[in-house]
Amino acid sequence: MAENDRIQTRRLSKAEVDKNFTDLHPPLPRSEALIEADRCYFCYDAPCTTACPTGIDIPSFIQKIRSDNIRGSAHTILSENIMGGMCARVCPTEILCEEACVRNTHEEKPVEIGLLQRYATDPIFEDNMQLFERAESSGKKIAVVGGGPAGLSCAHRLAVLGHEVVIFNRDKKAAGLNEYGIAAYKTIDDFAQTEVDYILSIGGIEMRNDAPLDAASGLAALSEEFDAVFLGIGLALSNQLGIEGEDLDGVENAIEYIAQLRQADDKSQLPVGRNVVVIGGGMTAIDVAVQSKRLGAEQVHMVYRRGPEKMSASAFEQALAKTSDVSLHHHASPERIVGDRHVTGIEFSGGLTLDADVVFKAIGQNMDGSGFDSLQTESGRFVVDDNQRTSMTNVWAGGDCVVGGEDLTVSAVQHGKIAAIDIDRQLRKA
Amino acid sequence: MANLKSEFLGISSPNPFWLASAPPTDKAYNVNRAFEAGWGGVVWKTLGEDPHVVNVSGPRYSALHSNERRVIGFNNIELITDRPLQTNLDELRQIKKDWPDRAVIASVMFPMNAESWAKYMPMIEDTGVDGFELNFGCPHGMSERGMGAAVGQVPEYIQMTTEWAKAAASIPVIVKLTPNIANILLPAKAAMDGGADAVSLINTINSIMRVDYDSLTMYPTTDGMGTHGGYCGEAVKPIALNMVAEIARTQETAKLPISGIGGITDWRDAVDFLALGSSNVQVCTAAMVYGFKIIDDLTDGLSNFLDEKEITLQQLIGKAVPSVTDWQHLNLNHIEKAVIDQDLCIQCGRCHIVCEDTSHQAITNMVDGARRFEVIDEECVGCNLCVSVCPIDNCISMEQLTTGTDPRTGAAITEQKLQWTAHPNNPMRNSE
Repeated sequence: MAENDRIQTRRLSKAEVDKNFTDLHPPLPRSEALIEADRCYFCYDAPCTTACPTGIDIPSFIQKIRSDNIRGSAHTILSENIMGGMCARVCPTEILCEEACVRNTHEEKPVEIGLLQRYATDPIFEDNMQLFERAESSGKKIAVVGGGPAGLSCAHRLAVLGHEVVIFNRDKKAAGLNEYGIAAYKTIDDFAQTEVDYILSIGGIEMRNDAPLDAASGLAALSEEFDAVFLGIGLALSNQLGIEGEDLDGVENAIEYIAQLRQADDKSQLPVGRNVVVIGGGMTAIDVAVQSKRLGAEQVHMVYRRGPEKMSASAFEQALAKTSDVSLHHHASPERIVGDRHVTGIEFSGGLTLDADVVFKAIGQNMDGSGFDSLQTESGRFVVDDNQRTSMTNVWAGGDCVVGGEDLTVSAVQHGKIAAIDIDRQLRKA
Repeated sequence: MANLKSEFLGISSPNPFWLASAPPTDKAYNVNRAFEAGWGGVVWKTLGEDPHVVNVSGPRYSALHSNERRVIGFNNIELITDRPLQTNLDELRQIKKDWPDRAVIASVMFPMNAESWAKYMPMIEDTGVDGFELNFGCPHGMSERGMGAAVGQVPEYIQMTTEWAKAAASIPVIVKLTPNIANILLPAKAAMDGGADAVSLINTINSIMRVDYDSLTMYPTTDGMGTHGGYCGEAVKPIALNMVAEIARTQETAKLPISGIGGITDWRDAVDFLALGSSNVQVCTAAMVYGFKIIDDLTDGLSNFLDEKEITLQQLIGKAVPSVTDWQHLNLNHIEKAVIDQDLCIQCGRCHIVCEDTSHQAITNMVDGARRFEVIDEECVGCNLCVSVCPIDNCISMEQLTTGTDPRTGAAITEQKLQWTAHPNNPMRNSE
């Protein structure tokens, strides 16, 4: 983003910005964790576990917290969800496990499952405590395309099951959206890389960063060289508005700005608009809106074309935006972006007009399918079966790039896990 | 407000709550604070002969905690008073003078010879105390020296020592019993036979709290070594209630007044002890955990309860004793089934899994494909397990079947009582 009189760095001091980007949910100390753990009823066939896309046995891990069996608790979590540490930070628990908690029925306050999960897993990463053991080598080699949650999850499970894995990651660093997306205050202290290091420490996984797949020969070559291929390529392209003025300076893809923010050593050096308008109603829209505010933008407006109930951002996220002083507008679609060389405003249906120095587009991403023409797709995403198999033999896929992908780390982890288990089964059958 | 004024062996106190002989009654400073807070009486920390004992200068106490660190059980290795006898006598005299309306009882423990008792009892009585409590219960330290529980575990010693004490005293003598015995009736009878005016129970239970998970020694220790202590607090109440009820419901001991002790924390605990036959109660652990202020809830809680029930304190005492009997006299024709209130049910499924895993497979987890917990009357034996584990108050209740047949056994419901003594399966049944 080019600087000008309205887009400036250092709107806030480094100290102020650092303060604005501390942990959104600080970790529980032991005393509080024990009290919170005691609130768990240890339900039979627990609704929270059913609600967890990775099926973590939540009552069991909480029971182990109660008995100070942290290593056992972390194993219960990580054996179903190797990214249980990140999910403890970024999962919208209020629409998953915590929404299902039976405590909601009579007191409307669920057990703080997310915070407890963090309590149980933090020490494992801090001490780099290896909880898994690899099975005897199978002699099989699997290619994983994409170094995000789906790919890492698949790779870890395959490694545990005794296979060798090579991950082809197009980015400079692994972890996908955990590293380049997601608001910084949800995953402080470089946790995404800590988690990657932990995952790779199992052994048997070769991580090739900055290694985009050659679109022309990529998939065919991989199928030739490897016993199986898993695709976790995510959604690399941002959706566009397709309206007048979209090419003006200051009109940005939210996801790219967040990536820039996540990689900045000193966030106060990031260019920030005075008036920021965010188009969209999902997590990314909230993330870019709240972060802009925390970087010092004076006015941040978030505009969504439908009502609040249709927003894919959870109620908690919407509330976070409101308490962060983001103005939310509903039922307004962008019609024209105004400006000379640089954006100065944006007009919406229904007569809403907003001044803008920066317009962030956060209306979803789509898959970059070049090089995967041989695979069946639907609405631009891979079609897979219950075992994450694509239409091509020995090619599996998961995460956001498949039909039914949910734009959630936890779902991507589950896809990768299911695929790995099926790949193992198929390769051992052969 | 119901009148809580209490008379125990003719000793009056403004309420039936005494502080038990223990650290809270160790000296005048504490006792003054207790009386200012409103306690009805104190049993002074046990006096012994000079030279006084010494305590360890390391951990004397440890606790069994819940996860929110609420103290559920408590254990101590403190001995009797570790101050000179004369210091205690002076303070007792002053306290009784300053608080004439409160009960002040001297707990005592002397070596096993008549001379010691004859020597010390009159000296102590002279301070103006209202009565004696003989400490035959302390299970640690003192028992190794042939006193405390070492006396309380041998009925003959109890009787003999009680006789010595009675001979030397002109004021009431209460014998405090140890629970570290097989049958509480034997020491209770021995005390009665020795002339005791009342018994108080229970003293603490032999206990080791846990090990230290780092050092793998017992916990706590003094310089690496530990010893068993006396267990008390909420966790011991059911044990104490049984012993109190046994004495109260047994014909031979039924007339023996009881001062109830063991885990009393709030007024409901006091109701338990009173209704099962105690004439007053003594409290220690709750005060040591929360301070003397708990007397507020104890007194006005009990008073409000008596008002609501429209009974007097005197009428409450022993009220529940007739309901305690032997197993063999329970009515085997009485049939109850659990009923789950579906409006209150939060669907945790605890009732299902405990019944399924450990009892009678009498609660569903699924009805017509939906998560739902219902009692299967054909399997339910009415055991009360589901009621016990349900986290929601009153969500599961037991209901009596009064007509028709028991779906589990097919047997007709009858008002005719059937005790084991007359049951056809009982080879020893009454055969008239």
